[in-house]
Amino acid sequence: MTEQSLHTRPDEPHPAKPSTKPATKSPSKPQAKPLPARSAREVYSALLPELMLADERLYCLDSDTGLFDVDAFAAVPGRYLNLGIAEQSLMGTAAGLAASGKTPFVTTMAAFAATRALEAIKIDIVYNALPVRIVATHGGLAAGHLGPTHHALEDLAVMRALPGLTVVVPADAAQAEAAIRQSAALPGPVYVRLGRKATPDVGGGAFEIGRAQWLRPAARPGDVAIIACGPHPVLAALRAADRLKARGVRAIVLNLHTLRPLDVDAVVAAVAGTAGAVTVEEHWRSGGLGGAVAETLAEHAPARVLRVGMPDVFARRAGGQDDLLDRHGITADAVVTAAINLITGFPGGGTDDPDLSRV
Amino acid sequence: MTDRVATNLATTAHQVREHIVGMCAGPEGGHLGGSMSLVEILTVLYFEVLRIDPVRPAAPDRDVLILSKGHGAICLYAVLAERGFFPAEELAEYARPGSRLMGHPIRAVPGVEMPTGSLGHGLALANGFALADPNRRCFAVMGDGELQEGSVWEAAMTSVSLGLGNLTAVIDRNRLQLTGPTEDTVGLEPLADRWRGFGWTVREADGHDFDALRAALEPGATDRPTVVIAHTVKGRGLPSVEGRAHSHYATLGTRQAERALAVLRARHRRATS
Repeated sequence: MTEQSLHTRPDEPHPAKPSTKPATKSPSKPQAKPLPARSAREVYSALLPELMLADERLYCLDSDTGLFDVDAFAAVPGRYLNLGIAEQSLMGTAAGLAASGKTPFVTTMAAFAATRALEAIKIDIVYNALPVRIVATHGGLAAGHLGPTHHALEDLAVMRALPGLTVVVPADAAQAEAAIRQSAALPGPVYVRLGRKATPDVGGGAFEIGRAQWLRPAARPGDVAIIACGPHPVLAALRAADRLKARGVRAIVLNLHTLRPLDVDAVVAAVAGTAGAVTVEEHWRSGGLGGAVAETLAEHAPARVLRVGMPDVFARRAGGQDDLLDRHGITADAVVTAAINLITGFPGGGTDDPDLSRV
Repeated sequence: MTDRVATNLATTAHQVREHIVGMCAGPEGGHLGGSMSLVEILTVLYFEVLRIDPVRPAAPDRDVLILSKGHGAICLYAVLAERGFFPAEELAEYARPGSRLMGHPIRAVPGVEMPTGSLGHGLALANGFALADPNRRCFAVMGDGELQEGSVWEAAMTSVSLGLGNLTAVIDRNRLQLTGPTEDTVGLEPLADRWRGFGWTVREADGHDFDALRAALEPGATDRPTVVIAHTVKGRGLPSVEGRAHSHYATLGTRQAERALAVLRARHRRATS
């Protein structure tokens, strides 16, 4: 079976894939009302001119993304700049501005920020602890059919390794708005990973950078802790928790949206008394959210961690984001399977196992 | 200018060269050749061109210099010390454990605007500094070998598009990189035409002549950046290494350093007598 499409837009067909899995019927609880679906990056592009109007230190440095309505910056002349297809220059210019007391918001795709521009981010921005806000769109597999050149499946591992860089992965547009607003007040550099298309709001109440959200507190201790970041993984985690509940399994769901600084207390508390943690991320399984959780638990409260994420491959075939997530096992099904494996003590699930979701 | 000023600059430049030799005689050695070629460029900038105050190195209205060729660190340290940013005695600590005078400059050193050393970063940084305040002058001092980094040309296009008339790039054109001549490695010529083609005002000068440098560093057009190609000699001041690629990095023994200082002093006496 395939995952139910997360997108509200019908323009991307979601091909049914022949299933090799047992037909675990989704509970498919009908929603009382459809959740609003908004694109985080569009919310960001609408918000930034407003923030710039209120704070003259703010700049918008674009890299020919096409995300912004240039007319929206008419009231802040000279502070929207499209610096072209030159991501190293983009980051360096941002650093020079920031070292001069400005607060630049820099926008590029996550793939180009994390690799093409990495040295400029590391040396020009992070080394100097400068208040540059790197807003990276098309995180994870969001670029879909555009392929692995545009997928960002290493950015979280790369960015969270940089000392002093705040790394945030909002799970919906409302969280993205909150993260962007809150980032303006942080003294150091910030990396905010956004997706591309509209996704439903995940709820969960107040959003605060650095503080994990308890989306399903459950009656603690739960049987298993599901820890996710990003829109699709969090939605998959919530659906998995519903399915597990139908099977009598109490799953805690933690939205660990900030990878640095990591909310260690929340991770330890979520896992306490459970069979372990299932992490879910739109990222290669090395070094990202799963890596952060595994490191944290190994140091503070050893527990088993199974990581649902992109296997150690590049996408080999075209597909929309949903299709690729499904094809590569970043699904509620995979989370359910991993959770059951944890509870039953079933072995397996290493990073090099290409079929974690099919164990 | 007066002869007295020129003499003073020449004396300062001589002091800077002595410091460079001294640091190359330290435990780790130093980037000798590319520091010696930089001496007149940084001396005239820090002593005559830049609007700076060593007592207030972070003054918001200061001019900004980014030493994009961060391996010229020991020249920068010597010039900053002579200019009064920190006591010259600290130069003896260069590269010793615990010192802030590292092999490439860091912001903990008074007067250092940005850490450099990975080549090709300085011009984009200077774009940002220049953009932030049109009322100050910004300088990016680059090596010629550094121009092989593609990021330089990203930034060079951007400087022109942003119309940064308050930006000046200075190229230490000593024609040598670590392993040999730039033109035998990845050639840069026709260098002036390349910069012109990118839309810059191009000036060329003898990079060891204060008058020529001073003139070339005058503000240019207000709506576009200026690049000064300063023709220099790697290892300048020490005949045994002048114009030689192997001067790139040197760890001098005590006797070598003494001989080098004697040569520098003899030359300086001849030049100023």
